[in-house]
Amino acid sequence: MNGKKKIVIVGATSAIAEQCARLWVQSKPIALTLIARDTQKTGTIVTDLQIRSPQSNINIIYTDFLNPKKIKETVEKISASGKIDIALIAHGSLPEQSSCQDDLQTCWYALEVNGSSPALWAEAFAQHMEKNNHGTIALIGSVAGDRGRKSNYVYGAAKGLVARYAQGLQHRFAGTAVNIVLIKPGPTDTPMTANLKRQGAKLSPAEDVAKKIVNDINFGKKIVYTPRKWWLIMMVVRHLPSFIFNKMNI
Amino acid sequence: MRIVSSWGRLNMDEHDVITINDSDKVAEIIGENGRSGLAYGMGRSYGDVCLNSGGRLWDMSGLDHFMEFDDDTGHLTCEAGVLLRDIQRLVIPRGWILPVTPGTQIVTVGGAIACDVHGKSHHIHGSFGNHVKRIKIIRTNGEIIDCGPNERSDWFAATVGGIGLTGIIVQAEIQLQRVVGPWLDAETIPYADLNEFFSLSDESGKNWENTVAWIDCLTGKGRGLFMRGNTANTEYRQKPKEYKLTMPFEPPISLVNGLSLRLFNMAYYNLNKMRAKRSIVYYETFFYPLDNILEWNRMYGARGFFQYQSVVPRNVGQDAVQAMLKEIENSGTGSFLAVLKTFGDRPSVGMMSFPRSGVTLALDFPNRRDRTHKLFSRIDDIVREAGGCIYLAKDACMPRDLFESGYPRLTEFLKYRDPGISSGLSRRLIGN
Repeated sequence: MNGKKKIVIVGATSAIAEQCARLWVQSKPIALTLIARDTQKTGTIVTDLQIRSPQSNINIIYTDFLNPKKIKETVEKISASGKIDIALIAHGSLPEQSSCQDDLQTCWYALEVNGSSPALWAEAFAQHMEKNNHGTIALIGSVAGDRGRKSNYVYGAAKGLVARYAQGLQHRFAGTAVNIVLIKPGPTDTPMTANLKRQGAKLSPAEDVAKKIVNDINFGKKIVYTPRKWWLIMMVVRHLPSFIFNKMNI
Repeated sequence: MRIVSSWGRLNMDEHDVITINDSDKVAEIIGENGRSGLAYGMGRSYGDVCLNSGGRLWDMSGLDHFMEFDDDTGHLTCEAGVLLRDIQRLVIPRGWILPVTPGTQIVTVGGAIACDVHGKSHHIHGSFGNHVKRIKIIRTNGEIIDCGPNERSDWFAATVGGIGLTGIIVQAEIQLQRVVGPWLDAETIPYADLNEFFSLSDESGKNWENTVAWIDCLTGKGRGLFMRGNTANTEYRQKPKEYKLTMPFEPPISLVNGLSLRLFNMAYYNLNKMRAKRSIVYYETFFYPLDNILEWNRMYGARGFFQYQSVVPRNVGQDAVQAMLKEIENSGTGSFLAVLKTFGDRPSVGMMSFPRSGVTLALDFPNRRDRTHKLFSRIDDIVREAGGCIYLAKDACMPRDLFESGYPRLTEFLKYRDPGISSGLSRRLIGN
């Protein structure tokens, strides 16, 4: 791909990922592969990115995010055309905690799509990057993964899995040229959180969150809280003794 | 429900904010029965034109995709939530520019059309609507209307400047203008009174694409600084470093008061008079000087502020502006954000568009309740007398008779209203 940086985004319709993609294509022409679920519409996103950067090569692959075989095939197909520089694993869905409690099927799906699926994608990319001793895998976790809370522990547990997986990969790739970045956004203004927003929650703009992600991937940071204040907030939340924590309605 | 206010921060009311991210779902979302709604972009208008207290706001900022751009013709199609800032950043490096932008580029295309915004180039390029080729609107009954200057042009005329009341603008096609680069050859010239302003304005009208003047609203005579600029064909220069300042808190009372204003205006006028010169300036610095100061509107304190922008016909313009300045001087209130500009003769396309041939004066006023309202009613009299009108995107309190006389095509416009859409301004001035 004539020297263009090769970036892959899993979860093309994720608002954070889309903002990252805009920043990447706008900074210089890249070879961008977007991976979307079979059922998703991506036309407007691809057209928009192509207008922003006519010199970028943008292609889209649809696949099943919960099928390990398809995940492996997809990554193999992408890597066949050259070394991947950055893989951003961004997909997810925010379930209603109460629906997960009432319906185990919903609960299972939430755990899979937010937990196992990103881990499998990361594993598949890891294999490829290990071979080349090159590349960065960035995973979008969440501040919700830092401590289980009654209001969203299903989502939180899945994101916790992502965090632990990233930690393991960081250990595995320590001292190599492969970087693993774990991103923990605070509540961000995206379609996923539209309900929270309607209820009045204060959310960070996806554009700001993306700026920090792109920047910190460049610098090879290990753990990124965005906005930065969430590092401090979660530090406190993680360390609250349970006799206090359990009395809180959060 | 969440608190939403407009740029003037006069009211902090709860709204049911519904985010729209998918253009295919617009009809379904806005068609939902219940309270009336209103499309909301970046909330940069000042009064209640973008608010719908207690009702729904459809947040359009998620519909922000470019759909088509032709490098050869300068034809751009995009969703309505795209920011003018993003258009400029996309097209200027490719030799195109928006011919009309207001004093901030943090506004959506939909908002720019709904308010038919104008800018420093009005005397040459008219207002924003003059460059719109097509609009797609969706009504709350599900009807989709594609309109333009030559296609369903009645709907086009109702929607441009139609303050969002004819339907939800979801898409627009805009004709851009050729530009050599991001730089402007700009000049600042001090003027001592309105006579000088008008002769500078007349003299610059033909050869300068952009003109605007800052006016010291406290001296009564109307001294100020006249700024003009043309795009410059200059070789590559380092673009100024991006800096952002944020007004970090809301002071309990306005930082703009009689004393600070007098000091600021004196310093600003004299400093600029001393270094008045011609220079090469980056377009963002020239067109959008306040965009680097985030949330500057907080400086007026908890009560918020008004912006009063009127236009009066040119033949009575000088006397009317003089009379308004006299009233403002007597009141001792006002702000350093005060702008004077001559509009050109190019007619606006919208039935409810504000820009029209004449001279426009825009001033900020910290909200001092009764005192401010008394001053406004005296200025209203001058505007009424002069046969002028007040800009809906700024207004928070104009009397109904002035609205009706300033917008003579109101009755015609009302036929195009969407009954499922309502705003604070529509209820205040139209009744529903």
